[in-house]
Amino acid sequence: MIEAGYNFGYLDENTKRMIRRALLQAVALPGYQVPFGSREMPLPYGWGTGGIQVTASIIGADDTLKVIDQGADDTTNAVSIRRFFNRVTGVATTEHTAEATIIQTRHRVPEAKLREGQVLVYQVPMPEPLFRLEPRVAETKRMHALADYGLMHVKLYEDIAQHGAATTSYNYPVLVNGRYLMSPSPIPAFDNPKLDMMPALQLFGAGREKRIYAVPPYTEVRSLDFEDHPFQPARADAACVICGARDSYLDELIVDDGGKRHFVCSDTDYCASRPPLVEAAA
Amino acid sequence: MIGAGFADPVQDSQRCFRSVLEAMSRPGRIFQLPPLAEPPTPLHSATAAVLLTLADADTPVWLDRAEPLDWLRFHCGCPVVAEAGAAQFVVAVGAMPALAGLALGTEEEPHLAATLLVQVQGLQAGQGWRLTGPGIEHAHRLAVQGLPADFLAQWAANRARFPQGVDIVLCAGDSLACLPRTVRIEEAG
Repeated sequence: MIEAGYNFGYLDENTKRMIRRALLQAVALPGYQVPFGSREMPLPYGWGTGGIQVTASIIGADDTLKVIDQGADDTTNAVSIRRFFNRVTGVATTEHTAEATIIQTRHRVPEAKLREGQVLVYQVPMPEPLFRLEPRVAETKRMHALADYGLMHVKLYEDIAQHGAATTSYNYPVLVNGRYLMSPSPIPAFDNPKLDMMPALQLFGAGREKRIYAVPPYTEVRSLDFEDHPFQPARADAACVICGARDSYLDELIVDDGGKRHFVCSDTDYCASRPPLVEAAA
Repeated sequence: MIGAGFADPVQDSQRCFRSVLEAMSRPGRIFQLPPLAEPPTPLHSATAAVLLTLADADTPVWLDRAEPLDWLRFHCGCPVVAEAGAAQFVVAVGAMPALAGLALGTEEEPHLAATLLVQVQGLQAGQGWRLTGPGIEHAHRLAVQGLPADFLAQWAANRARFPQGVDIVLCAGDSLACLPRTVRIEEAG
């Protein structure tokens, strides 16, 4: 049932049209950040205002929505956004990756392979991959126009020279279609290879920074690296204590005062879809 | 007498937009829209639906025909401009205007480029051009009837301008296919 007094999807039609035009430009310019007139949303910046505006502009009555926060369907951010869309659109929601047509995500890519017809909407806090290296927006615009990304290569080089490896473990910069440097949002570097040649459409919304960008399906997304220091996605060397998975991204839990550590799958749907380990082992 | 627009503006424009978004994401694939009851002559149903979905007071529109202007102003409230180069949406019912004369965006702001809606006689999948690029796994085939003879040369120049350049929505009847500026088009070989 749709909450009375709201337009379908919360946003007014003029706003949706403006965001839709930005999305089409974003798809035609893979990795380029399109500015848009971000609206005030009924939740604070940092809680996914960009992702929500993108989802609200594309969602239709026959969509099935899944929302994840760090891979989990059952955390505050995911639950509240899912309920928000249920109230303002009445669409079906799901926790199963395979059933969803739109997946809004905060900082993870689902473990299950996505397919054509699905749309992955990322919540992005800072869309500009160069902002720690060059704070002036006018300057970063120029750098993107010239594809001048030497600064980022120098940063990676210094990491390797000082620490022996790239020290960026999340929000690892990628080059999209060989042209634009893009922030993949703060997903773990472990997820970066999933962006490459993904059959689903990927849309990115940054509400506070007022930028939208996109990666079309089947598009090359390459994590920056060097020939002698190839990109290496990191993962804790452990198995999930619930399902035993050794291929999924893991969250680390401290479970007692002695500092005992457990690892569990970050993707709750993936974990629940696998047979649990036998209880007696514990 | 001005003909009707969408029967349900909110849901119909969402459905149309998702088709255009999918079409732009998968260049050359043909998508069918629910037919519009009364598209204004000489616009096809798909052309009219895309305008209803995307054009409004913020988007200058250029048309090569005068008949649909009342309909367009009434439903979209968009400014109609005399120069194709000043428009965000360019609609060609007859001869397609030269791509190089349209708004191409700038190096720093390529998103200010125009989108060109070309009404063509027919679209067929599985034959004709061979399309490759972002959005296409291996190759898509698309045959289009009604484009100028030098279209492929114009397109190659448009693509070479990336990130500047126009995107094209090809409309025929109630179906459409998109050519974003990233797509590479080769003659059938």
